[in-house]
Amino acid sequence: MRLLGAATAVALAFTSLPAMAQGAKPNDAEIAHIAYTAGVIDIKAAKLALKKSKNKEVRDFAENMVHDHTAVNDQALALVKKLKVTPEDNDTSKALVKQADAEHAKLEKLSGPAFDKAYADNEVAYHKAVDNALETVLIPDATNADLKALLTTGLKIFQGHEMHAEHVAASLK
Amino acid sequence: MPLGIGRLALLAALALSSPATAGETIHVKIDKMMFDPPKVSAHVGDTIEWANHDFVVHTATARNKDWDVTIPVNGTGRVTLKRAGDVAYFCRFHPIMTGEIAAAP
Repeated sequence: MRLLGAATAVALAFTSLPAMAQGAKPNDAEIAHIAYTAGVIDIKAAKLALKKSKNKEVRDFAENMVHDHTAVNDQALALVKKLKVTPEDNDTSKALVKQADAEHAKLEKLSGPAFDKAYADNEVAYHKAVDNALETVLIPDATNADLKALLTTGLKIFQGHEMHAEHVAASLK
Repeated sequence: MPLGIGRLALLAALALSSPATAGETIHVKIDKMMFDPPKVSAHVGDTIEWANHDFVVHTATARNKDWDVTIPVNGTGRVTLKRAGDVAYFCRFHPIMTGEIAAAP
């Protein structure tokens, strides 16, 4: 139940996106910040997993999350610098952080196989929600071609993570 | 100029001792989360070389567990085929990335 709750909460954090899209679409500065924030959140979760987990598959996955999301965010930082855009905090990124903090607090209390399973399940749900947001709102609404291209590459990488997370979660059953 | 018996024997010995040196190198590009081409034909003794153009690390991992190659960013990774048969492979980090090698004897 708790896991289902976590997945729903992540999805809820993104529900402000379609609303934004109907009224005021998120601008490139906001989109860049949402994507960057989503990466930071996953890196933080991965670092917690590396601190807590002893499971090889979970650790390998977490290490890859740190590497890949750092690589994507480095590209994003280089891009916003080149475009002279200042990433803007917004309701979606704030909701994401709030939700992630709550999930982080839950995970911190767990250990051993219970932690591994909760982390892996949350990674599946989280990547699903982020990939869906990228596909339906963030990529279509991005106006700058370079930003759109980076988000599109990011989506492919994160879809890879989604499948990897599913494999890890399945291996824990 | 005829080759001496000794040299011929030496060449034969070299050929027998290291059949891999006779193999070709087959190049597979990794770009935008895809193995390109996704399917290659090769022979035992050939080397497959992957060149990673993405900004994240990838692997080429055989489903039959014969080999597991890490391909760094802006780098290459290679494997020399030791037996015949079709081998499906994928990237461990991004399992949506898949490829196939058909190795003839």
